[in-house]
Amino acid sequence: MIHSLFLVNSSGDIFLEKHWKSVVSRSVCDYFFEAQERASEPENVPPVIPTPHHYLISVLRHRIYFVAVIQSEVPPLFVIEFLHRVVDTFQDYFGVCTEAAIKDNVVVVYELLEEMLDNGFPLATESNILKELIKPPTILRTVVNTITGSTNVGEQLPTGQLSVVPWRRTGVKYTNNEAYFDVVEEIDAIIDKSGSTITAEIQGVIDACVKLTGMPDLTLSFMNPRLLDDVSFHPCVRFKRWEAERILSFIPPDGNFRLLSYHVSSQNLVAIPVYVKHNITFREGSSQGRFELTLGPKQTMGKGVEAVLVSSQLPRGVLNTNLNPTQGTYTFDPVTKLLSWDVGKINPQKLPSLKGSMSLQAGASKPDENPTINIQFKIQQSALSGLKVNRLDMYGEKYKPFKGIKYMTKAGKFQALLSN
Amino acid sequence: MSTNNLSYNDQGGSDSAVEVGQETTPTSSNAGAGFGLFSTNFKKNDDLKEMLESNKDSLKLDAMKRIIALIATGKNASELFPAVVKNVASKNIELKKLVYVYLVRYAEEQQDLALLSISTFQRALKDPNQLIRASALRVLSSIRVPIIVPIMMLAIKEAASDMSPYVRKTSAHAIQKLYSLDPDQKEHLIEVIDKLLKDKSTLVAGSVVMAFEEVCPDRIDLIHKNYRKLCNLLVDVEEWGQVVIITMLTRYARTQFTSPWKEDGLFDENSETAFYESDEKKTKNGDEKKSYMMDPDHRLLLRNTKPLLQSRNTAVVVSVAQLYWHLAPKHEVGVITKSLVRLLRSHREVQYVVLQNIATMSIQRKGMFEPYMKSFYVRSTDATHIKSLKLEILTSLANEANISTILREFQTYVKSQDKQFAAGTIQAIGRCATNISEVTDTCLQGLVLLLSNRDETVVAESVVVIKKLLQTQPTQHSDIIKHMAKLFDNIAVPMARASILWLMGEYCERVPQIAPDVLRKMAKSFTSEEDIVKLQTVNLAAKLYLTNSKQTKLLTQYILNLGKYDQNYDIRDRTRFIRQLIVPNEKSGALGKYARRILLAPKPAPVLESTYKDRDRYQLGTLSHTINTKASGYLELSDWPAVAPDQSVRNVEVIEPVMIHLYFYYPCPLITQSSSEAESDEEKSSSQSSEESDKSSSQSEKSSSESDSEQKKTTKKPPQKKTVKPTLRLNHTFFLVPVLLSVVPVSGYTVLSQSKCLSRSLFSLCILTPCPLSCAAALLQVSGPAFVPEKRHDLLHRMTGKGLSAQYQFPRQPCLYQPTMVSVQISLTNTTDHPLEQIHIGDRGPTGLDMHCFNTVECLLPEASVTVSLGVDFNDSTQAANFQLCTKEDQFSVSIQPAVGELFLPATMTEQDFRKEQGKLLGMNESSATITMAAENTTRQPISRQVATVANLGVVPSGQDNIHRFAGKTASSGAVVLVTVELRESSAALITINTEKSVMGPMLLRDLKRALTRA
Repeated sequence: MIHSLFLVNSSGDIFLEKHWKSVVSRSVCDYFFEAQERASEPENVPPVIPTPHHYLISVLRHRIYFVAVIQSEVPPLFVIEFLHRVVDTFQDYFGVCTEAAIKDNVVVVYELLEEMLDNGFPLATESNILKELIKPPTILRTVVNTITGSTNVGEQLPTGQLSVVPWRRTGVKYTNNEAYFDVVEEIDAIIDKSGSTITAEIQGVIDACVKLTGMPDLTLSFMNPRLLDDVSFHPCVRFKRWEAERILSFIPPDGNFRLLSYHVSSQNLVAIPVYVKHNITFREGSSQGRFELTLGPKQTMGKGVEAVLVSSQLPRGVLNTNLNPTQGTYTFDPVTKLLSWDVGKINPQKLPSLKGSMSLQAGASKPDENPTINIQFKIQQSALSGLKVNRLDMYGEKYKPFKGIKYMTKAGKFQALLSN
Repeated sequence: MSTNNLSYNDQGGSDSAVEVGQETTPTSSNAGAGFGLFSTNFKKNDDLKEMLESNKDSLKLDAMKRIIALIATGKNASELFPAVVKNVASKNIELKKLVYVYLVRYAEEQQDLALLSISTFQRALKDPNQLIRASALRVLSSIRVPIIVPIMMLAIKEAASDMSPYVRKTSAHAIQKLYSLDPDQKEHLIEVIDKLLKDKSTLVAGSVVMAFEEVCPDRIDLIHKNYRKLCNLLVDVEEWGQVVIITMLTRYARTQFTSPWKEDGLFDENSETAFYESDEKKTKNGDEKKSYMMDPDHRLLLRNTKPLLQSRNTAVVVSVAQLYWHLAPKHEVGVITKSLVRLLRSHREVQYVVLQNIATMSIQRKGMFEPYMKSFYVRSTDATHIKSLKLEILTSLANEANISTILREFQTYVKSQDKQFAAGTIQAIGRCATNISEVTDTCLQGLVLLLSNRDETVVAESVVVIKKLLQTQPTQHSDIIKHMAKLFDNIAVPMARASILWLMGEYCERVPQIAPDVLRKMAKSFTSEEDIVKLQTVNLAAKLYLTNSKQTKLLTQYILNLGKYDQNYDIRDRTRFIRQLIVPNEKSGALGKYARRILLAPKPAPVLESTYKDRDRYQLGTLSHTINTKASGYLELSDWPAVAPDQSVRNVEVIEPVMIHLYFYYPCPLITQSSSEAESDEEKSSSQSSEESDKSSSQSEKSSSESDSEQKKTTKKPPQKKTVKPTLRLNHTFFLVPVLLSVVPVSGYTVLSQSKCLSRSLFSLCILTPCPLSCAAALLQVSGPAFVPEKRHDLLHRMTGKGLSAQYQFPRQPCLYQPTMVSVQISLTNTTDHPLEQIHIGDRGPTGLDMHCFNTVECLLPEASVTVSLGVDFNDSTQAANFQLCTKEDQFSVSIQPAVGELFLPATMTEQDFRKEQGKLLGMNESSATITMAAENTTRQPISRQVATVANLGVVPSGQDNIHRFAGKTASSGAVVLVTVELRESSAALITINTEKSVMGPMLLRDLKRALTRA
């Protein structure tokens, strides 16, 4: 399956290589570099590149290309999914997944890669098992290690791999038993010139942080499980109970994990929490343009809209802008033509607006591209789809855990098309 | 150039200097950087060698870490091999691991030295700890040294029959490694694969199928017997294994089942409408289609893979999607749509692959994705290849109904700042225009408007597309051609210029005024044009010469002369050919007469079709599909066989079930005291019982049991239990009153009548003492079962069950639903000739045992069987779980009778812990007996085997040869159960059982006695 892995940084240097079968020369990456040169943007490098004897499958994350070399037929998603899992693991271990972090921890990285694949086939990809095998480096442990000469490699052998619940390590102990669940929803939408919705969909996840002693068996039920008709689960969730009773029943992994993600599609009615009013005019022949933008809340279920950030790529003909925000700060980069306006919180009584004039290139004709504006925002304590957790029960252990649940709505790819 | 070289060298020099600086700090160095690369290497390794040979682990570890860092950056560290290998047996785990990493990397280069390490691994292969055995096998098999092939082969064979599933999994991985090292071992390896395929552990399944795919993907015959098991295990296999198994089963199913599509032919023709209706009509269709009956195994595969569409692993979702695409009846494929669309929110690379698959699917089945059209709308932030794939899909989805929406969307794309994408959109508009005749004119008008766009690429692309469109309907578009001729001067993109020239030539009769003028302009600029433009100029000249020679004769000759001396041989060739063809001379011969017909023949319009049109020859989701060429190792998906091969090959021969009779225990709840008489009876023969039950099966459970007991001789009356206070804590515990006339000679399933009184009294004692959960239980780690008996017990005979037969067995897996439950597998078989519907568990009777029912089996086809699993909390007693098994029409009372040995979960502990626990469980908690062992039961293996057969206990490593220890805990309360078998002289043996469950102790003791004395 996966033969070798090369890590390539944004300047095109291979800074780490690992081989699981016989060694593949790093010159195989030349084909990758060729493709990289051809691509205008780093994201445009095709994920699958055939070469005469090998196939290169790459993912780009945190400005690092993870290039896997394979020799024969294998589902490409298998490799892609695995590479993403590798990145997630690195992030989990080192906090960030940057070239510097990887170089600093090259031994841990190597140990991890060794455990994650055997002969190119995934062996242990659960972060709980890996953490039992190889302890993540922390500052404290690094200090202790240098003094005492002890190691990062776990002394006991992992048992998780052998059990029927491979995602949970055994012998977990906490003094404070707590289970927190975050329901986070991201809304993706495209709003057209007239303010009507072209598409809108909600992508939700329930992230959990479970710190419970022993082998707890949790059940989580919802007030309105019918909303969740398109879901994917962490392997710990019992499919059958979900299908029969619409209850999430699971033995949780230890620590942070994503319990489920769901998708409320565009066919369902999705409430749009903010609206944009705008008036942008470029006059033919004139070197001035008018710019006016107002934001307002809409269907927010009484919760405030916070952390609003508006950004827009203005047409190339715009030389500079002279705008007045009623609140927040705005910047315009004349080189990249990127306008960004940090609005902050929307006050429904006094709507934030940004007004002023743009100076255009003299003699340039009216730009014909549609500027789009991207809006980011957050709404605390509310899930836009209306999903509500009913209760959480624990079986299998005797103590009383502390339970908490938090809701949040964020803008995902929220775009509004402006008229010109 | 030279400066470049210089700077490169400079950099190299400084690099190595830095290296020296870093590597030589610990020792005082006088080897300057001037010595170059070799000396620094030598120096550096010397230093590391020294560290490796020191006595301190920390120094060695430091050295190894630096060596690993060297390997990671691709530097050569092979010279250190001898020094590193010495540490292979180190006690320090991290050091050892790093040495393993090094060894695997360089063993191939240093074969002789690598052999030094082999004995260490051979020793580790015999270690009592399964993880050490596994890691030894892993490294041993990763050393690519051909000399050790026999050793590896031996190790693999041994590991394949290891007790631990984890070791067996490792051996499955090792098979692939050995195969790539020495393909001659294929035959032996296939034997091992065959053996491992039979393994029931979910850990092993994925890995062994992977090995199968690599070593012998053509040996489909090995799969037959394991097919159903793989299908049933699939949900519990780890995610990576699922992908491999699903891919393999897709191939398998295409060779073994007949096509489910034949009857569906009409769906294809009637396209979407039929497709939508089909969902509602599904059940009806099933009845209508008499001629095609889906193989139940085929159905099993589809049913068991469906829940995996909800996996978080995108590779699993896509592999299930491709399985449905390739195997499911057409009207069922729709279930995958939603999941695939969901994946579009995932990472960019995932989107890319998923969109490719959707592109292929959407060509054949528009209806599947049409409702989700908006999910394919392009966002300005998408990467270019994602954008073009989305365009591709949107174009495929276009039909009369949605074309206006799509075109409106395309209009915004055309204005995009990404010009390459805008050009792609124009092509897409062209495709829509040709496919949907209603909008051709609208599209054409729109494209003509684009001709005045300021961007050159947009204009050029429009010209090319307009050219293609005009070809499809050449009748009335002379104004467009004229308009384009006007634009000609401003267009610089060669492809667009060539297209306009071609149009001029092709329709020169429609624009007789303009065409010669264009040719005149071209004659002026001919030499500076691109090759394709020149070729089209020659073409235009030739066509005009034929139609309008008066005006253009000289121009044509001029152009042909220019072409004759062109640098490009294609153009010279073409010029020569055209000249011979059109200019009449004596040599031109017969062909010249036909010049007009050759050049001005009506040309078929180009078909604008998707580049994904032909991709369906590859299995979806594969690498070959993604790159659109056959990748090495790609296995073709065969066509459906016309006639299904023998189905019975998949039947697993049932290991002759030991006849177990049902005992009727009549449980009486303590609270709801009733004076009902509890009787139990021992049936003389199964046939008799089945006849009797047959009579009563139509009645309700209660009456059936009453009638049963009436028919039989009432033998004993149960003790009146009204005296017992209903305030007892364990109000869900029931009295068991096993009353037996005789003992059936079957191990593990009988309760001796002699022990009846004893057990009864102990039982009440047990109830009165609230079971203290032993604190030791926390120490216990539940391990996998040492042995899973294949014994199946009749739950419902097919005569009694009106054709529904049910058998149950204890898989000895920890129950998924609740840890206190014992899992029971029930296999349901339909022996009738009509499908049985809605098989489910009905009333559970007054027993109140906590049970987790299986999901309703909607339909069981004739001759089909299905395995369902069930969790029962037996509360650590051998009372039967009574419930009703219902079908749509009938209800049958059945009961599951656990043997005492099935109520345990095996545990691992050390000998010391065992002794410590044993010390706490003396006196009343101990039961023992001396027996005479059967002759063959005097060594370790047979004893372990016999004990494991009787009870689900784990083996505790023992220091003494004559003492064998086993440990476990009860499923429900987690009480410790310890078994010791001590061999004495002359085949006598002392069995001791320590447990606080004082009913279970004697029962287990009796079972063990029988098993060990039996020959």
